[in-house]
Amino acid sequence: MAFSGTSTAPLEQHSAAPSPLFHIAPQRGWFELRPRELWDYRELLYFFVWRDVKIRYKQTFIGVAWVVLQPLLTMAVFTLFFGHLAKLPSQGLPYPVFYFAALVPWTYFSTALLGATGIVVENQRVITKVYFPRLILPISAVLSGLVDFSIGFLILVGVTLGYGLHPGFAALYLPFLLLLAVATALAVGLWLSALNALYRDVRYVMPFLMQFWMFASPVAYPASLVPQRWRWLYGLNPMTGVIEGFRWALTGQGSPPGVLVLASSAVVLLILAGGLLFFQRMEGTVADLV
Amino acid sequence: MNRVVIHAEQLSKRYRIGQIERPLQLREVLTRALRSPLSFLRPAPRETFWALKDVSLEVREGEVLGLIGRNGSGKTTLLKILSRITRPTAGRAEIRGHVGSLLEVGTGFHPDLTGRENTYLSGAILGMRKQEIARKFDEIVAFAELEKFIDTPVKHYSSGMYVRLAFAVAAHLEPEILLVDEVLAVGDIKFQKKCLGKMGDVARAGRTVVLVSHQLNQIRRLCHRALWLDDGSIRRDGPTAEVVSAYEAAMTEGDRSSPSRSNSATQKARFLRWEIAEPQGNSPHTLHTLGPAKVRFLLEVHQPISHAHHGVALYNADRQLMWGYGTDNLDLQAGLHEAVYEFPSLPLRPGMYSWLVTLWDESGAVDLWESIPDMLVATESYQHARDEWAGILNLPIALKIGPCTESRFPVVSPSGGNPT
Repeated sequence: MAFSGTSTAPLEQHSAAPSPLFHIAPQRGWFELRPRELWDYRELLYFFVWRDVKIRYKQTFIGVAWVVLQPLLTMAVFTLFFGHLAKLPSQGLPYPVFYFAALVPWTYFSTALLGATGIVVENQRVITKVYFPRLILPISAVLSGLVDFSIGFLILVGVTLGYGLHPGFAALYLPFLLLLAVATALAVGLWLSALNALYRDVRYVMPFLMQFWMFASPVAYPASLVPQRWRWLYGLNPMTGVIEGFRWALTGQGSPPGVLVLASSAVVLLILAGGLLFFQRMEGTVADLV
Repeated sequence: MNRVVIHAEQLSKRYRIGQIERPLQLREVLTRALRSPLSFLRPAPRETFWALKDVSLEVREGEVLGLIGRNGSGKTTLLKILSRITRPTAGRAEIRGHVGSLLEVGTGFHPDLTGRENTYLSGAILGMRKQEIARKFDEIVAFAELEKFIDTPVKHYSSGMYVRLAFAVAAHLEPEILLVDEVLAVGDIKFQKKCLGKMGDVARAGRTVVLVSHQLNQIRRLCHRALWLDDGSIRRDGPTAEVVSAYEAAMTEGDRSSPSRSNSATQKARFLRWEIAEPQGNSPHTLHTLGPAKVRFLLEVHQPISHAHHGVALYNADRQLMWGYGTDNLDLQAGLHEAVYEFPSLPLRPGMYSWLVTLWDESGAVDLWESIPDMLVATESYQHARDEWAGILNLPIALKIGPCTESRFPVVSPSGGNPT
């Protein structure tokens, strides 16, 4: 077969494996998760995360500095108003450490959730032109926040050590706590992302939701302020466990994660499962809606 | 016989009209639910229309299938369903092989990223592996002729550069099945030719291609088989020449009888069709010569018209007016008339052009017809090789360069000597 094209190998990467067979049919049933397909598109996931990070840093004037400045400035504001002015307790920790240890995971969560909510609509042009498992979008939003998180985390460790506090073995809990934050962001993000594609005014609710959620988590105050009989409800908020856990893991002070963290993890898994189903259900026809 | 790579059965797609117009607002849904819970539970009846109705087709490996039809006939919807971008309302299909879909130029491009970054991003979105993109990167940049600008943010590109890069990326996509939607209708003629060439390579390399295009000459050139979609259903399916001719015939007459256009009860006259009367070629709408040509417009007059004005205008693909002419004081009896324009030459840059013919009388416009199909000027090119110096006119010159033979004007030699 002679051809005047520039490449000399036809059907390159596909010729080794047999051609895949795709079925196209109307939406049926509730459950259609395709993990194999997600794995096939892992490179695209990487590219979406890379794009998000690159653009974020290109667009801002101060670039990387913003990643560091934002939680630091918030910490300064909290220290001043919640700490010195309102004199809220801080579990024996110096105010900056108390707030910063909460703000780093919180900022990650809030950015990831907001990112995930809007990402499907933001990418409407691409969604209507090319196929890829749409699930990749909210996953990429949740993962791209981790880049900022790592930078914030390094500063956090610096600040903590700077105040003479040392993390102990408790620090081993940190990856699990982070995983819980990621899972929560993804779980809720899937629901919101799908809802936002269906009903465009969801994004107006987001600022209120995030504010409320922040105050419902022990960011500006310790969980010990919450009356004992409401502690169980308070603990169902996964971010409660994450934030308290972060403080404890980094400084050795405060309360270790307890049963409530397990309970909230279970809740997150349920929300995640529901979110996956809901998102997949919407996936097939989202291109018609955006 | 090659194996079947696309097998579609009774594909149908229904859209709710309200769905497309405006996405719902959550607060509307909630207020509706609160006000009348029962009506909320009953799905609201909404106007629907079927973009595709019972479309069944089979495509074999290596075939190049052309999809033609008017705007809104369902071609893009069919491609979207086959690309898995949207799901059908009914019917099913099976696709054997990796699918690459080119439904627009510049899929995934972000203005703040450089050409290099966008190449990787767009390539990945279109389905190429990172390794593949890296390997083809130099080729892509060379195809787009953007070596110097590849590391500049794309927002600084001119629209031409943008299109070239976007298409270069898309052109190097090598899936087993390629679905293309009119993306070849962008860019200047020279670039289009390059893209057509690459498309041809793809087809010759044994890949299966489904191509949607309004440019029938493209379809004729590239496709073995054509499918004519009309109002969501298949009107004709067969060898390219056959289907395209049938489509063209219907377009020149059929469009004139579509209800939205004519109000024939009150219309005094209307233009029916046009053709290139001379020189006679394969297609009555393609101009092959830069020499004398005759263009003929057919006019059907229902009621006698007096003191009429007839105008004609020629537009290029960018909707620039090439030429216009008007005649006054025409008296036309009822019956079939023709307006024949004799041109000593139509020195136009090769490409697509459209004629506009008008007829006015004292009471106003009698008919304004944007002629269909477009006129394709497919002549030799006497233009500069570089696109930016090509221009609108294609003047068939004869050029002689050599030592100076004689001159009407005194020539002063550079040494300042006496005039020769």
